[in-house]
Amino acid sequence: MTHRSSGTYWILAACLLISLALVTALTSPAVAQDKPRYGGELIFPVPSEPPSYDGHREETFGLIHPFAPFYNTLLRVAPTDPTGTKPHPDLAESWTISKDGLTYTFKLRRGVKFHDGSELTSKDVKATYDKIIFPPAGVGSTRKEQYAVVEVVEAPDPSTVRFRLKWPSAAFLASLSSPWNFIYKADLLAKDIHWFEKNVMGTGPFIFVEHVKGSHVVGKKNPNYWDKGKPYLDGFRALFVKDTAAQVAMIRGGRAHIQFRSFTSAHRDSLVAILKDKITVQESPWDCILLVAMNHDKKPFDDKRVRRALTLAIDRYAGSQALPKIAIVKEVAGVVVPGTPYATPPDELAKLAGYWKDINASRAEAKRLLREAGVPDGFSFTFKNRGIPMPYEPLAVWMIDQWRQIGLNVKQEVIEAAAYFASLRKGEHEVAMDFQCGYIVEPDLDLYKFVSVDKNPANYSRYKDSVLDALYLKQSRAVDLEERKKYIRAFEKRLLDEEAHYMMTLQWHRIVPHSSKVKGWQVTPSHYLNNTLDAVWLTE
Amino acid sequence: MAINTPPIDAVAEALPAPHRGWAAVARDFARRRPLGAAGAVVVALMIAAALTATLIAPYDPLGVDFGAMMAPPSATHWLGTDAFGRDVLSRLLYGSRTALLVGFGAAFFGATAGVILGVGSAYFGGRVDLYLQRLMDIFISFPLIILALAMVAILGNNLPNLITAITIPMIPRCALVIRSSALAIREMPYVDAARAAGFGHARIILRHMLPNVMAPYLIMLSAFLGQAILLEASLSFLGLGVQEPIAAWGLMLRGAAVDFAETAPWMAIFPGLAISLSVFAFNLFGDSLRDALDPKLRTL
Amino acid sequence: MGKYILKRFFLMFPTLLGVAVLTFFLLRIVPGDVVEARYAGGQGQFVDQKLMAMERAKLGLDQPLWKQFVDWMWGLARLDLGLSMWTGAPITQEIKLRFALSLQVAIMASIVATLLAIPLGIVAALKQDTWVDYAVRVFSIAGLATPSFWLGILMILGFLIIFRWLPPMVYTPFWVDPWQNLAQLIWPALAVGYRYSAVATRMTRSAMLEVLREDYIRTARAKGLWTKLILTRHALKNAMLPVVTVIGLEFAFLLGGLVVTEQVFNLNGLGLLFVEAIARRDYTLTQALVLLVSSAFIVVNFLMDVMYAWLDPRIRYR
Repeated sequence: MTHRSSGTYWILAACLLISLALVTALTSPAVAQDKPRYGGELIFPVPSEPPSYDGHREETFGLIHPFAPFYNTLLRVAPTDPTGTKPHPDLAESWTISKDGLTYTFKLRRGVKFHDGSELTSKDVKATYDKIIFPPAGVGSTRKEQYAVVEVVEAPDPSTVRFRLKWPSAAFLASLSSPWNFIYKADLLAKDIHWFEKNVMGTGPFIFVEHVKGSHVVGKKNPNYWDKGKPYLDGFRALFVKDTAAQVAMIRGGRAHIQFRSFTSAHRDSLVAILKDKITVQESPWDCILLVAMNHDKKPFDDKRVRRALTLAIDRYAGSQALPKIAIVKEVAGVVVPGTPYATPPDELAKLAGYWKDINASRAEAKRLLREAGVPDGFSFTFKNRGIPMPYEPLAVWMIDQWRQIGLNVKQEVIEAAAYFASLRKGEHEVAMDFQCGYIVEPDLDLYKFVSVDKNPANYSRYKDSVLDALYLKQSRAVDLEERKKYIRAFEKRLLDEEAHYMMTLQWHRIVPHSSKVKGWQVTPSHYLNNTLDAVWLTE
Repeated sequence: MAINTPPIDAVAEALPAPHRGWAAVARDFARRRPLGAAGAVVVALMIAAALTATLIAPYDPLGVDFGAMMAPPSATHWLGTDAFGRDVLSRLLYGSRTALLVGFGAAFFGATAGVILGVGSAYFGGRVDLYLQRLMDIFISFPLIILALAMVAILGNNLPNLITAITIPMIPRCALVIRSSALAIREMPYVDAARAAGFGHARIILRHMLPNVMAPYLIMLSAFLGQAILLEASLSFLGLGVQEPIAAWGLMLRGAAVDFAETAPWMAIFPGLAISLSVFAFNLFGDSLRDALDPKLRTL
Repeated sequence: MGKYILKRFFLMFPTLLGVAVLTFFLLRIVPGDVVEARYAGGQGQFVDQKLMAMERAKLGLDQPLWKQFVDWMWGLARLDLGLSMWTGAPITQEIKLRFALSLQVAIMASIVATLLAIPLGIVAALKQDTWVDYAVRVFSIAGLATPSFWLGILMILGFLIIFRWLPPMVYTPFWVDPWQNLAQLIWPALAVGYRYSAVATRMTRSAMLEVLREDYIRTARAKGLWTKLILTRHALKNAMLPVVTVIGLEFAFLLGGLVVTEQVFNLNGLGLLFVEAIARRDYTLTQALVLLVSSAFIVVNFLMDVMYAWLDPRIRYR
C-alpha cells in the first residue's frame, strides 16, 4: 500500500463492508432463528460404546445416541413435549382402541422406505414385535416381560397392525413408544434373526455410513425420508469419548456441538462463563434415581425403626442445594419424577419421613428410633455401592456423612458394575445402592420395582408387603386421574414413610449445554428419548 | 532374565562395618550422600505426620461441609477444600497413613516373600530352581498394573486385599534379584564347607545365606516402598483401591479433582505433590542406600 | 552359541503357556461374567435368568472349564484369537485401531526416554559427585516419583490456563493427518517417556562410571573431557547393553501398561481396552490382550538375551 489513494480506497471499502455486515447481523437473526437451515454435520461425543447394534437387546444409551437416527419406531414419545410423557405417531399415523381396551389397531404411514429402497409394510412391524415379545428359542429379548400383556400381533393388511391384549393396560401406548423398539425389516429377520446385531437397515432420517471400533459412528442424510423436508442435517458424527472432562473440552473448543446425556452444573457454569451466548443450556428433571435398598433379611434392618432412622438422617434439601454442583442430581423426589402429572407436590412430600423441613428434629427422631431399637451409638455397617463414578460415588460420600451425624459408622464397599447386581441377588448385603431409570414417566413402569420380592426379584430390600402390592394393582387399574393419584400417594407413603422399605436419594437432573448453533432439539426427562435428530438443524 | 540382574560377587564386602554405632553410621551417610539424607528427612517427616495426624490435622478428614465446597486455599483452609468441602490438608495428613500402610505393608511382604523364594531357588538349584524360575518368568511378563487390577477384582477392595494385590506382582521381581545374589554366595567355599560338615539346610540358609543377601533385600525393600505407594495411588485413581470416605492420595485425585482441575486446581495439585514428594523421598533414600551398600547392583 | 539361542528360544513357550493358563483361570475366578455385565447393567430391572442362561450357552460359558480352555488353545494354534464376548466381533478388529495407537505412543515414549537418558547419564558420570550429577539424579528420580497421570493432569491444566489450548481428544491415525495425530500423542509420550527415562539414565550413569574406572582411561584423566569421551567410546558400546535392555523391556510394558495415562489423556489404547475388557468380563478379549502384551515382553527379552550372548561371549551359563 504505497499509494495514498489506494490506502483510502481500502479504508472506505472496509467501512462499507463493516456496515453491511452490521445491517445483515441486525436484520437477519429473526428470520434465521425460525426457518430451519439445511446442511452441516452434527458432531457429538457419546460416553459409552454399544456392544451390538440391536436395540431390542441392548440397554445402554450408548446405542440410542448414535443408532436411533437410523431407525423409526411405531410410536415415539412426543419430541417437543418437555415432560416426555405423551405417545406420539411415528411410523403409525393413527390408532384406535377398542371399547374393552383389548384391541389396539394402528394405521401405518404410506410410502415409507427402508434405506435399501424397499417399502415398509405391516409385515415388518409384526416381525419386529414378534421378535421382541415372542423371541424364537435362542434369541434374547431383554424387554419380553414388559409386553407380557400382549396375546398376539396381527397384520391384517399391508398398512394395518393390530395388537390383541390379554387384559386392559393403561400403560400400553407408553410401552409402544419405547425408543428401543426399532422397526426392522422382516425379510432380513427371517434370513438371520441376529442380522441386526451387526448391521443396520432402517427407515430413519439418516443412513449408516460406518462404525470404527473405539472411535466413531457416522451417518449421512436419508434423501428419501418419509417426513418430507427432513432431516435438515447433511449427516452426523458420534465420537466415543469416555471421559467427562474431555467431552466438556470438546464442546468448549467447538470440536463438538452437544453431548446428549448430561453434564454437572459446575461444567455448565464453566461452559457458560467462557462461551457466553455461544452456548445454550437445556435442563430437565431426569427419570433416573438412585435408591437405597435395606435388606429386610439382615438384622437390624428388619426393624422398621432402624430403616426410618436411616432415611430421617438424610438432609435432602441441603443436599439438593449443594450436590448439583458436583453430581448429576438435583430435585428432592418421591416415587414419581417431580414436575410430571403424578408427582407429589413438595408440601405433601415434606410430611414423609426423611423429607421434613426441620433436619434437626428429623435427626433427633432418628437417634431416638435407633436407641429404641437397641442400636448402639457408633454402630457400623457396610454400604454396598456400584462401581460407577457418576453419580454413585458422590451420593455415597454424602449419605455416609449424613449417617455419621446420627452416630452410624458406615463403610463403603464398591463392587464392579459387572458383578454388582449378581451380588445383590445373593441377598448378602446389608444396605446397598440401587437404581431405577425409565424412558418414559409412567407409574406402572416406575412403581413395579417396589412390589414384593416374590413378584419382582429386583426388589433388593427383599420384603413381602401385600398391602403395597394391592395398592400397585389399584393404581394400575384406576381410570380416573385423581383416583390414580390417590393410590400412588398411598403407595408412596407406605413405601417411604410407614414401612420405610426403600429410600430415595435425589432425582437425577439432566443438564445439556450445547452449542447455540444447534436448533430443533428439546430436552426431555430421559436420555433415551428424542435422539432421531430428524428435526435438528445447525445455524451455520 | 539374568541380564537384568548381573551376578554379584562383592555383596559381603559392600556391607557396612557392623560394629559402629547407628549415630555414626547415620552421620557418615548424611555427609557422603546428602541427597539420600534429604530423602530420609522427608520420609521421617512423613512418618511423623502419619503418626500424629489426629493431633495436627486442623479438621476432621471426613467432615463434609457444603458451605465450603471447593474453597480455594486460605487462612482457614491452608490447602483449600475438596468437592465436599472437606479440608484438603487434613485429608492429605490422614492419607499419608494409607500410603505408608500400603507402602510398608506391600514392600515388606513382597521383599520378604521374594527373599524366601530367591534364596530357596538359588540354594536348592536343579529342578526347584528351574520350575521356580519359569513361574517367576510368567508373573513378571504380566504388566504390573494389570496383575494388580485382576487381583483387586478377585479379592475385592479393602485395605488388606489391596496390600496383597500390590505385593503379588512385587514378589517375582525381588526373587530374581535375590536369587542372583544368592547364587554367588552359594558358590562360596564356606557354604561348601558348612555342607561338608553336615549342617542342615535350615542352618546353612539362616546362618550363611540370609545374612549375605541382606543388602539386596534392603535395597529392594526401599525401592518397593515408592513403587507400592505409586501403585496404590494409581489403583485408587482408577477407583480400584481404598474407597471413600477413607482419605487416600490417589482417591483425592479422582473424579471431581480431574473434572474441576481448571476451576479448583488445588484439588489435583496438592495430592499429586504429596504422592510425588513421598515417592521421590523414598527413591532418593533408596538410591543412596543402594550406592552405599552395593555400587554394582545397578538395576531393579 | 547356536545351541544357547535354540534353548533360549524354546524356553519362551512354556512361559507363554503359563501366562495363558494363569490368565484363563484368573479371569474365571473373578466374580461375574460378560452376560451379567451386559444384562444387569441397564435400568436396574430384573432380567430373566433363563435369558441369561441362554446367552451363556451361546458363548460357550456353560461348557466345562477344561473344554473351554482346550477350545481356546486350539484356536490359538490356528492363529485364531476368536470373537470378543462383549461385541461378538473378531478380536483382531477390536484391537486394530487401539494397537496402532498404543504402538505409536510406546515408540514415541521410548524415543523420548532414550534421548533423555543417554546424554544425561553420560554427563552425570563424567561430572560424578558434582552438582551436575546431583541435578541429573534429582531430575530423573523426580520422573520416577511423579505419577504420569498426575503429570498428565498438570500438562492439560497448563495448556488450558496458559495457552487456552487443548490437545485433540479424538485419535486420528498418523496416515490420515500426521499433524493432528502428533498434536494429540506427543504429550502422553513426553509424560511417559520422562518417567521411563529414569531407570535408563541411572544405568547409563553407572555403566559409564564403570568404563571410566578402566585403567587406560584413568591415565587419560589429565586430558580434556572430550578426549575422555572419545576414549570411552568403544568401551561404552558394550557397557550400554543394560541400557538398551531396559529401554527394550520398558517398550514391551508400554504397549499394554499405560492404563492410567490413557485415562487421563483420553487415549483409546490397549491399556484402557484392558480395563474395559476386565470390567466387562470379556474373557476372550482379555486373554488375547494379556497374551499380546506378554509375548511382546517375552520376545523382547529373548532378543535381548540373544544380543547379549552375541556381543559378550562370556555368557555361558544357563
